[in-house]
Amino acid sequence: MYQYDKYDQQMVDTRVEEFRDQVKRRIAGELTEDQFKPLRLMNGLYLQLHAYMLRVAVPYGTLSGKQMRMLGHIARKYDRDYGHFTTRQNIQYNWIKLEDAPDILADLASVEMHAIQTSGNCIRNISSDQYAGAAADEIADPRPWAEILRQWSSFHPEFSYLPRKFKFAVIASDEDRAAMRLHDIGIQLVHKDGELGAKFFVGGGMGRTPMIAPEIRDFVPADELISYTEACLRVYNRYGRRDNKYKARIKILVHELGKEEYTRQVEEEFAHMKTLGIDPPVEELARISKFFVDPAFEAGASDNLDLSDPDFKLWVEQNTVAHKKHGYTIATISLKPRGGIPGDATSAQIDLMADLAEQYSFDELRVTHSQNIVLPHVKKSDLYALWQKLDEAGLAPANLDLITDSIACPGLDYCSLANARSIPLAQKISERFADLGRQRELGELKLKISGCINACGHHHAGHIGILGVDRKGTENYQLLLGGSAAEDTSLAKITGPGFSEDGVIDAIETVTNVYLEERKDDERFIDTYRRVGMERFKEAIYG
Amino acid sequence: MVEAIRFREDDVHEEPAVSLDAFLDQSNATAVRIEAGEDARRLLPMLDRLALIEVDFPAFGDGRGYSAAQILRESGYVGELRASGDVLVDQIAYMRRCGFDSFAPDAPIDPKVMEKSLALYDNVYQGTTDKRAPIWKLRHG
Repeated sequence: MYQYDKYDQQMVDTRVEEFRDQVKRRIAGELTEDQFKPLRLMNGLYLQLHAYMLRVAVPYGTLSGKQMRMLGHIARKYDRDYGHFTTRQNIQYNWIKLEDAPDILADLASVEMHAIQTSGNCIRNISSDQYAGAAADEIADPRPWAEILRQWSSFHPEFSYLPRKFKFAVIASDEDRAAMRLHDIGIQLVHKDGELGAKFFVGGGMGRTPMIAPEIRDFVPADELISYTEACLRVYNRYGRRDNKYKARIKILVHELGKEEYTRQVEEEFAHMKTLGIDPPVEELARISKFFVDPAFEAGASDNLDLSDPDFKLWVEQNTVAHKKHGYTIATISLKPRGGIPGDATSAQIDLMADLAEQYSFDELRVTHSQNIVLPHVKKSDLYALWQKLDEAGLAPANLDLITDSIACPGLDYCSLANARSIPLAQKISERFADLGRQRELGELKLKISGCINACGHHHAGHIGILGVDRKGTENYQLLLGGSAAEDTSLAKITGPGFSEDGVIDAIETVTNVYLEERKDDERFIDTYRRVGMERFKEAIYG
Repeated sequence: MVEAIRFREDDVHEEPAVSLDAFLDQSNATAVRIEAGEDARRLLPMLDRLALIEVDFPAFGDGRGYSAAQILRESGYVGELRASGDVLVDQIAYMRRCGFDSFAPDAPIDPKVMEKSLALYDNVYQGTTDKRAPIWKLRHG
């Protein structure tokens, strides 16, 4: 894991001091709420429906046990004993007092963490593959590149007042586990003539106008990464729309200019930028990469697993994936218990996960964009003991990628933008489909719920998506089918008129029945949908 | 209108700034004002006869002026570069980093708060036209 040096530490410590002063000025009335708002937003502090919410950055989703324990401490001391892991691999706390925020940031800085740029129209937390450094299919660890970008984007003076927020994802395998092409800039590490570099996709996003990012450059070498990135951002900062908040994301600019024209402008700017000496030398990438070398895996660790406990067997089959080292596995801790709130964890659960990471996963955890936690390096011989401890704490739902492993935004329970509640719907769906045998029969099925068209719950990218809207003062839910955030990225389409809360759950059930009738061999839901098309499902739902 | 805050030793330029179109039309002006949506690059052929370029910020959240300033400094402009309009105290440090060296804010700025904020960060992560050495350079010499 990356460790701060004196410079990194000084940056976050200074930020705490700066924000403490800003909060003091606000409380003393020297700053109006309007003036304070952009300052607090740059520190991830939102004013929600009932209280302040603080969003803490988890850069590229990677945490140590000590950091995780601090997240539990913050939940216990400053919030209501729980935290909420988000679709951008962050954690947010929903019940924060303004006067506590500086102390929370100081606590975070003590474990090399921060809330810098977790909101506002600036470059947000850099996200990545939750299996980075462990996945059997990656060509390199993407996180050193993400860390280069984290440092470069922190307090970037030219790009802190962009037309709109700006999100990066960096991956290094063909399988996309980070919704890379649904980001403002998606980067895939690739080899060209034996050299590692970055393939750039620009202009993806969800929100009101979902778009899949087109590829704009097949290879950017490591020592030109920053100048190329700055070129992309500068064209956007100068020409992105500022007249309408809903047309201000870079996807609209790329769409309106056309991919070719946007690319041409970026190339022109890049030719200029790379003469300015703004790229860190390759030694900096090498320095950072040293922090991401493999932990001390035991050579010759056994691949044998005793699967005689049937519940354990289910969990292993569902929640673990291949590790690059023999004898190890990647285990996902599902934060989607029956009837639970997707992504929520109590401080006791957070503490336990921290302990288990230290004991069984070389002191590492990951947050996933689907709001779960990963222990990336578990020795197979430890897996049963680990599972028992998780199971005891209610942290062993065996539902990774199944219908109850849903993504949901905070919705109208917390969010001032929402039109409808998301959480209670996710909970009800989780109850309706609670039978694990039935879930496994349905197989991989990504269900994503947003409580408004801003799409924080990724409904456009759900195999099944749900969009909550307000219809004449009542909550109404539209059903979408056919989206995907993986390497086969696609955008879901609305089936037709919306439903009540119970109605949409019935409709989902109908949709899953159609799938079971229509599927061939071991087709996934999404494959069947793509083969048979929307009509068949529509007829069954509305017919 | 509040008095301009300057980080330059030279005398205040007396000639009023003209609009970009007016400047491009007349050969003898030495001060120009560009609006947020105007392309700073149109000035590049004429930088050596400019003593003052004013960049307007219609709203503090409109960040186009930061890129305009960087572009002008990257191209070798050494005259006064002034940010005017909705310029707030907590933005001055980033504006300085992008090459602005004078400020004409709509609302007065408390000099004590400004000085404190300018002195706050010892180091920076990026290379910009202010030529401060980024942290990666300090690490690798």
